[in-house]
Amino acid sequence: MKQEIDWAAFPDARGHFGPYGGRFVAETLMGALDELQAVYEKYMKDPQFLAELDADLQHFVGRPSPLYHAERLSRELGGAQVYLKREDLNHTGAHKVNNTIGQALLAKRLGKTRIIAETGAGQHGVATATVAARLGLECVVYMGAEDIQRQSPNVYRMRLLGADVVAVKSGSRTLKDALNEAMRDWVTNVDDTFYIIGTVAGPHPYPAMVRDFQSVIGREARAQHLEMTGRLPDALVACVGGGSNAIGLFHPFLGDTSVAMIGVEAGGEGVATGRHSAPLCAGRPGVLHGNRTYLMEDDNGQIIETHSISAGLDYPGVGPEHAWLKDIGRATYVSVTDDESLRAFHRLTRTEGIIPALETSHAIAHVLALAPSMRADQSVIINLSGRGDKDLNTIARLEGIEL
Amino acid sequence: MSRITKRFAETRSKGRSALVPYVTAGDPSPDVTVPLMHDLVAARADLLELGVPFSDPMADGPVIQQACERALSHGTSLRDVMGMVRVFREHDQDTPVVLMGYLNPVERMGVEVFAEAAAAAGVDGVLMVDLPPEESGDWTGVLERVGIDPIFLIAPTTTDKRLRQVSAAARGFIYYVSLKGVTGSQTLDTAELGNRLESIRALTALPLGVGFGIRDANTAASVARVADAVVVGSAIVQLVTRFPQAPEQFRAAAADLVREMRAAMDKARVAEVPAPA
Ligand SMILES: Cc1ncc(COP(=O)(O)O)c(C=O)c1O
Repeated sequence: MKQEIDWAAFPDARGHFGPYGGRFVAETLMGALDELQAVYEKYMKDPQFLAELDADLQHFVGRPSPLYHAERLSRELGGAQVYLKREDLNHTGAHKVNNTIGQALLAKRLGKTRIIAETGAGQHGVATATVAARLGLECVVYMGAEDIQRQSPNVYRMRLLGADVVAVKSGSRTLKDALNEAMRDWVTNVDDTFYIIGTVAGPHPYPAMVRDFQSVIGREARAQHLEMTGRLPDALVACVGGGSNAIGLFHPFLGDTSVAMIGVEAGGEGVATGRHSAPLCAGRPGVLHGNRTYLMEDDNGQIIETHSISAGLDYPGVGPEHAWLKDIGRATYVSVTDDESLRAFHRLTRTEGIIPALETSHAIAHVLALAPSMRADQSVIINLSGRGDKDLNTIARLEGIEL
Repeated sequence: MSRITKRFAETRSKGRSALVPYVTAGDPSPDVTVPLMHDLVAARADLLELGVPFSDPMADGPVIQQACERALSHGTSLRDVMGMVRVFREHDQDTPVVLMGYLNPVERMGVEVFAEAAAAAGVDGVLMVDLPPEESGDWTGVLERVGIDPIFLIAPTTTDKRLRQVSAAARGFIYYVSLKGVTGSQTLDTAELGNRLESIRALTALPLGVGFGIRDANTAASVARVADAVVVGSAIVQLVTRFPQAPEQFRAAAADLVREMRAAMDKARVAEVPAPA
């Protein structure tokens, strides 16, 4: 990185990260997005709002989350020191709540009485249902019919929290279709409804706004690592579905040119088989869900079905900022298969006593390969984006066990 | 003068509102579309809107989503849709055809390649639902160079400032989305619509088409009193599912609905509208 980039200047005023991002939506949504952008820009500069957000993150979410030195795993790998940023310890068990807390506070400022969300693994749905319950707002969560099957514990949690979970039966019946359906709800009920998108995708200002709410991860991790070791980490590794936990960790380090950043996509049955969810590794730029980014599509520009063992990574697009970071070479993106992530799931569980989410297990799998090639005086931070309780049914089924 | 501009000049001079049926190309199967287009013209449609199927039609309700899924199950591609227009043009040189769809298939083909091919096939206007003027770059220039009218949407929430922007970029007509929601939504307040269209006419001389939520002849008639064109989509497309095994019956029912709407619109008193500038 020879050229100095002013990272704070991205996205531009209309939401572009280089050629990516923007606002590709029907006219019917433009007014709502303008309104959202105005409140987001106003309140992100408002000390009172920021103080309320900080207090909620501390007392309701339980932040700061620890940066944990996984000593036993590091020793076994015989290379870099592995640190885990423990987002799994947040209330509701994943990084998703950092964002839902922030957006719910904006919804309150806007006087909206109804919250909607899309969800894949159900973590974002649970995090949304949780903040809606706390604020006494009506909550509707759209979830692909297939995901409802494989993430049933989270469906029950959402219903306990008072959310109406709507099964989406169109298209591939997964996350992308849930997002379509939530957008349709929003455009119809825009007067009283706030749409909390769960990742750094969608039309501007969502990718920037969700990044800003998730950046607390990287700000904390940077300070914690400096305090624990006196230096910056050598590499950051995070799984990438839409890319919110990854950008949350990466963003505060963008100006630290010595820190490598690696996003891990879902390789499914292997990128060569075509059955995967790795648009940055094997897709091409296009337009979906309101922004320009890397996509998985066929020769006719139709979005194709993705595959991943983890519902939270099963998405054919990716946040536009990642598309840009890839093109300019500031971050690199790799993929890890279902089998590799399952092995990593068991490895972390047995060596550190931490059961990670299947999404997170993709990041761990990459570090199992990366750390041994590094020196013992180097370090890697993994974003431990969520805990694995929601995946126990999936894993037991794969092992032929009836829970 | 484009076919669209010419057609609106004709309907305006006769003091009537144009009827614009929408069908999804390739629904329920690709062989139905061209005969259906001719049937709709015979039922006195003034313009035709042809939907390009897309896997993720974010602005469409369940009726058109399912139409897209049916069309895609037969592999209907953007190239196929242009092929249908080419075949339609062999027997109809006059009825304007507007393609309506989403940006990604067009970008995948390449905007310029698409524009050339669409013009050669006889397409007159293109509406990209998810391409607002802010993101459209040279889109309008590329279309104009091949003689295709760029059509844009406006909504009840569109500000006057953006309306001027849309009006500067648009040609042919402007498509006013009459209510909050996706295609196929219910309820349309036609009194409020009239007031809104009046204030829009102060800012643009282009003809105003109104769509989303027009389900029956009565609504079509009351919209015809205030709008230059009435666009009817889901009400036609949903007839497909009434005749799952009989596409000829679907074609006949679609033509009947268009005929019924046309008759009701003709009976309605058409408001005076300013002539195009
Ligand atoms: C624990 C966990 N990690 C990661 C993800 C992927 O999302 P993102 O890439 O936005 O962080 C999810 C999504 O559901 C998740 O639940």
